[in-house]
Amino acid sequence: MAIRAAISDRCSKLSSSSLGARSLSSWWGNVEPAPKDPILGVTEAFLADPSPDKVNVGVGAYRDNSGKPVVLECVREAERRIAGSFNMEYLPMGGSVKMIEESLKLAYGENSDLIKDKRIAAIQALSGTGACRIFADFQKRFCPDSQIYIPVPTWSNHHNIWRDAHVPQKTYHYYHPESKGLDFAAMMDDIKNAPKGSFFLLHACAHNPTGVDPTEEQWREISHQFKVMGHFAFFDMAYQGFASGNPEKDATAIRIFLEDGHPIGCAQSYAKNMGLYGQRVGCLSIVCEDEKQAVAVKSQLQQLARPMYSNPPVHGALVVSTILGDPNLKNQWLGEVKGMADRIIGMRTALRENLEKLGSPLSWEHITNQIGMFCYSGMTPEQVDRLTKEYHIYMTRNGRISMAGVTTGNVSYLANAIHEVTKSA
Amino acid sequence: MASTMFSLAFATPSASFSLQHNLKSKLKLGTSSQRAFSGKDFVKAKSNGRTAMTVAVNVSQFEGITMAPPDPILGVSEAFKADTNELKLNLGVGAYRTEDLQPYVLNVVKKAENLMLERGENKEYLPIEGLSAFNKVTSELLFGADNPVLQQQRVATIQGLSGTGSLRIAAALIERYFPGSKVLISSPTWGNHKNIFNDARVPWSEYQYYDPRTVGLDFAGMIDDIKAAPEGSFILLHGCAHNPTGIDPTPEQWEKIADLIQEKNHIPFFDVAYQGFASGSLDQDASSVRLFAARGMELLVAQSYSKNLGLYGERIGAINVLCSSADAATRVKSQLKRLARPMYSNPPIHGARIVANVIGIPELFSEWKKEMEMMAGRIKSVRQKLYDSLSVKDKSGKDWSFILKQIGMFSFTGLSKAQSESITNKWHVYMTKDGRISLAGLSAAKCEYLADAIIDTYYNAS
Repeated sequence: MAIRAAISDRCSKLSSSSLGARSLSSWWGNVEPAPKDPILGVTEAFLADPSPDKVNVGVGAYRDNSGKPVVLECVREAERRIAGSFNMEYLPMGGSVKMIEESLKLAYGENSDLIKDKRIAAIQALSGTGACRIFADFQKRFCPDSQIYIPVPTWSNHHNIWRDAHVPQKTYHYYHPESKGLDFAAMMDDIKNAPKGSFFLLHACAHNPTGVDPTEEQWREISHQFKVMGHFAFFDMAYQGFASGNPEKDATAIRIFLEDGHPIGCAQSYAKNMGLYGQRVGCLSIVCEDEKQAVAVKSQLQQLARPMYSNPPVHGALVVSTILGDPNLKNQWLGEVKGMADRIIGMRTALRENLEKLGSPLSWEHITNQIGMFCYSGMTPEQVDRLTKEYHIYMTRNGRISMAGVTTGNVSYLANAIHEVTKSA
Repeated sequence: MASTMFSLAFATPSASFSLQHNLKSKLKLGTSSQRAFSGKDFVKAKSNGRTAMTVAVNVSQFEGITMAPPDPILGVSEAFKADTNELKLNLGVGAYRTEDLQPYVLNVVKKAENLMLERGENKEYLPIEGLSAFNKVTSELLFGADNPVLQQQRVATIQGLSGTGSLRIAAALIERYFPGSKVLISSPTWGNHKNIFNDARVPWSEYQYYDPRTVGLDFAGMIDDIKAAPEGSFILLHGCAHNPTGIDPTPEQWEKIADLIQEKNHIPFFDVAYQGFASGSLDQDASSVRLFAARGMELLVAQSYSKNLGLYGERIGAINVLCSSADAATRVKSQLKRLARPMYSNPPIHGARIVANVIGIPELFSEWKKEMEMMAGRIKSVRQKLYDSLSVKDKSGKDWSFILKQIGMFSFTGLSKAQSESITNKWHVYMTKDGRISLAGLSAAKCEYLADAIIDTYYNAS
């Protein structure tokens, strides 16, 4: 085999090495440097930049109007309550029961029949990434011939996740560059043309990276077509509450699908809406036929988690269940989420107004049409590179602006820079 | 039927591939025998009162999925919780308990957490490789702060999800860069090792380790199997306090193992889950890893802070790859990150901060060393007490001294699978089916009860 040959090659090199009997020749000679992660690499570059004018509108982490990371008051309070009062024992493989209960209520509705009938298999997951990954591995294990349909564009890590899970990927039309909105007709065509019973990845709200969401009417049509085709809907919901400021409203797409009887899957994340980024808290849920199937599916999800990390981290889960389980803290949280969403909506308006005032020849309507943390500006990679080199503005090369990084302090600088690099486009 | 299929997955790696086929046909079988329709058929929607007409709806794609078997280790605690008998004793999972059989949060951990609360640090994403302050102290703790390999920047370290997550990332690295290479694991080993390599699609085989006749190390068998493995295999070694047996090689034996591994151009892969818990000394427990590093060997080491800092649920550990050059280490680190990103993006922050503070602040580090000695000390003393009880109660003259020779949290009792089940059913003593008891879950007060249970089971149960 090629491997044997390579190894014996390495072995003969080792034995003939001039460094002596114990050679320092490496096993890792064929390991190349990995390319920088397109998103997280931006922050690394930003941190390394000494310019005082630098602006980070790269990674999707919320900043306040001073550009500082925010820890929500409800989170601080929850942590005060937790400190010293809990041990750090292993959670069960499926994670915190309380956190899962509260998460399901958020996603499926407080009075959901599915919850009452115990038809949802759910585990605590390592934020949105971990939830998607376990689902991808589950899909591979139990529907080994299936593929996943992923929108164009999508969060870049979606491709990595399903690839490392060995699930082949196909794409479906989503973003319409000319209108900087949804290419609904092409999307519906792709849904109709996919083989019956295909798996689709849908962003529940605040599409990342475009900020372009289907309207309620469009969601109803999508749901109907999914029924006709027997497709499976997997929702990645990373921004519940963050899009409109109202978690119930942001779950509209999911509720439409549930009303239509779809047995969906859902990845939830508390990274943004509770500011728990580094705590890695999320939930993976799959709607099943009945309680018995839900128990079986949950056991299989646990079976996938065990050889990946054994059981999920406890701290963030305690924070979530403390907040969501206490009506006062929950209300406080709802207020703070609305505050974050409102600030972003305000910055969208400000950025658009600034660009229009500068006399930009282009239309910037999409800045306020789009929703959530991100704005798909329509800028080219070359224009983005100019923004970085000339103005020390950091964003991903697909032209995605993290609106959470925009402040009253930097919005005019940002508008000016964008205007400069696009005015002769 | 279904349970047989899933137990196959535990037995051999090749089964996992046929498992896919079995599952697919099982899905079809399941649908035809249990239900009248397949995933594409339509049923009446669950009525919510709104619509009276038949709505086309999907039956679940996951129709034929059967119940997974309980985890052999974590399932024990679940069964223990469900037991209402007041004599019950949980010697299942390796989690440290005080003499009152309560979980123990170390004082240094509480202090570190208070510091963190006071500082009010944010909860931003860590970089993919984790908290750099943590990565620095963890590799120093392992190799020794003055170790030249660190000065030469030859170690690629990334924070991992405790021991499991760190092993899994390393397994994924092996799969990607050494496709077809095998990992040799000890017989027996921690139950989850096989799952990790199976799910990472890395083939494995076993090397002899435990000798039931001596209840000690089958050193000759171990050497034979390592020698027989194809050149360039990965040898999974427990750095100290072997799980489940508690049997460690002596320093002389470690030297011979290192000799052989070098001769065969194998790669040593250490699982260090109990640094400090074996002897009570953090440095001493790292001596096997340091011995190999001192010889200029390249190696992998997975670390966990679950036990030695009691941070179980925080999921904090690290994967270290000691390379022959700083350049190789840089490249390897970048690839470790690339494997982590599609698994969880970046690791949890809370436990990493705790560890960085405990090790990084000299007063806290000293205090930790003392608490470590205390925990290891309690385990040594219950070992002694259990041994004493067994020796007094067992009139047959059987030599129970292996309990004293074993080291760390666990003892391999020599009870069979059937006997392990019997001791649970009759005496409400919970342990894993391989005959392993966790001494961390044993109190001095319960030693006599346990001795009675063991003796009765050993001689009377089949």
